[in-house]
Amino acid sequence: MIELEQASFSYGGGDILSELSLHLAPGTFHFLTGPSGSGKSTLLKLCFMELQPTRGQARIFGQDVRQMDRDEVARARRRIGIGHQDCQFIDHLSIAENVALPLEVSGQDTSAAEADLRELLGWVGLSGQTAQLPPELSGGERQRAALARAVIMSPDVVLADEPTGNVDWEMAQRLLALLVELNRMGKTVLVATHDLNLIRVAKAQVSARVLRIVRGRLQAAGADL
Amino acid sequence: MKLRETLATLGTFGLSRDGAERVVPSTGATAWLTTLTAAAMAFLAVFALALSLAAGRMADRWSDELARSSTVRISAPAEQMEARVRAVMEVLTTTPGIASARLIDETEQRALLEPWFGPDLPVDALPLPRLVEVIETGARYDSEGLRLRLAAEAPGAVLDDHTRWRRPLVQAAERLRALGLASVLLIGGAVAGMVTLAATAALAANARVIAVLRLVGARDVYIARGFVRRFTRRAGLGAALGTAVGMAAVAALPGGEAATGAFLTGLAFEGAEWLWPIAIPPFAALVAFAATRAAAIRMLRGIT
Ligand SMILES: Nc1ncnc2c1ncn2[C@@H]1O[C@H](COP(=O)(O)OP(=O)(O)OP(=O)(O)O)[C@@H](O)[C@H]1O
Ligand SMILES: [Mg+2]
Repeated sequence: MIELEQASFSYGGGDILSELSLHLAPGTFHFLTGPSGSGKSTLLKLCFMELQPTRGQARIFGQDVRQMDRDEVARARRRIGIGHQDCQFIDHLSIAENVALPLEVSGQDTSAAEADLRELLGWVGLSGQTAQLPPELSGGERQRAALARAVIMSPDVVLADEPTGNVDWEMAQRLLALLVELNRMGKTVLVATHDLNLIRVAKAQVSARVLRIVRGRLQAAGADL
Repeated sequence: MKLRETLATLGTFGLSRDGAERVVPSTGATAWLTTLTAAAMAFLAVFALALSLAAGRMADRWSDELARSSTVRISAPAEQMEARVRAVMEVLTTTPGIASARLIDETEQRALLEPWFGPDLPVDALPLPRLVEVIETGARYDSEGLRLRLAAEAPGAVLDDHTRWRRPLVQAAERLRALGLASVLLIGGAVAGMVTLAATAALAANARVIAVLRLVGARDVYIARGFVRRFTRRAGLGAALGTAVGMAAVAALPGGEAATGAFLTGLAFEGAEWLWPIAIPPFAALVAFAATRAAAIRMLRGIT
């Protein structure tokens, strides 16, 4: 699905990621950890074609990112749901409209299943906020909405950046259940998180690999996780 | 489990219909500027068209009259008339710039005189001059030279070309028609420029929205569509308003006897000409569509 081969990345200064390789096979569940500033979000953006490796190669669904034109990138992104750490909403659209945006831009037929949208928003605890605007939500609520938007297309790959960073433990488990359920449906999941408890709980439910970014490279985390 | 069912069907639905437009926030007061400018431009275009069409009509009518503007009047004693006419025709057919010369026969002459003298005029009994109608080629003839030749070879033949003075007027009218059409095209260009500026500003103001749309997999054409539809509608609506007001104003102009060719009273649309101003709003919408689309595609290509 997503392969980084000897990929390095820098924002202009030194390498944030150096000669790093990552293979996300279909149906796998990965956690990505590492200290703050180690490059977790950067790695997710490489997987989402927001950034391109400064050296090395990134292949998304078998295509070299450098060879892809803009329409191909757009089409590939429809098969990848991403929940950014900073959420990224359109502020004048309601939460429900923001969450449904991926369907809207891919030209899918409307009306059919508003019930399902409501169900999903209910699952992430936003039933009461569907008509509100993104700036009116708390940090945790925005994160949940971002995760809902990431999975609304039922994409092949879900990338979640700190999806549980600002929510209580009970809600974190609900969000994890959502990701686990998607993984059981055969979706590929990559979650960047600091939350070791979350990883432990997840490992009891699915076979998840835990990767750690250390000095720009990926390491398999120890057995304690 | 309910969640699984929900997730299984999620990929199949969306929200609103004209979403592309909803996702791009409208820019309030400046939105009206596009409509207003388009209305003003359309209003001007109506007058430019009316001017062009009226000038064209006038040019056609005058040049038609001009083509038959000259006659040669031949007076001679009855027994010499035959020879004199032959001499005049000889001169006319050998004069460069004259397409044809036609002797007006007696029945026709009687018809010409009838309004003045009634049907019973005994043409044969009167010493009437004979008339020769002279049709010019586009090249025109030298009237002074012709006059001299006629005086020398056919005394008593007088060239009457008093309507020739209108020739510069015809040229002016033709030029006015071209200027009117050029104005319409310039107005179209101004609309294109105005819409391009407005659309570019709108795109720049929405950089964040565009970035989010990119993240959820929107293609350039989708993002452009929101802007294109909005500006096309605004320009079309404004142009429709301006055209309606302009047409009403032209219709309300005091009309005059068309045949007098008076320019001021001739500034109007006649018959099928009314279809021309009706084409202005679709034309404006088309221009706005093309301008916005080009601006959007160009700008979106610049942002990654
Ligand atoms: N747009 C940017 N321009 C320049 N430097 C950046 C940019 N974004 C991130 N960085 C730098 O790159 C490094 C990695 O950032 P990144 O956001 O990937 O870290 P992270 O592992 O996600 O951290 P956190 O756990 O705090 O979210 C940081 O040192 C950061 O300052
Ligand atoms: Mg981060």
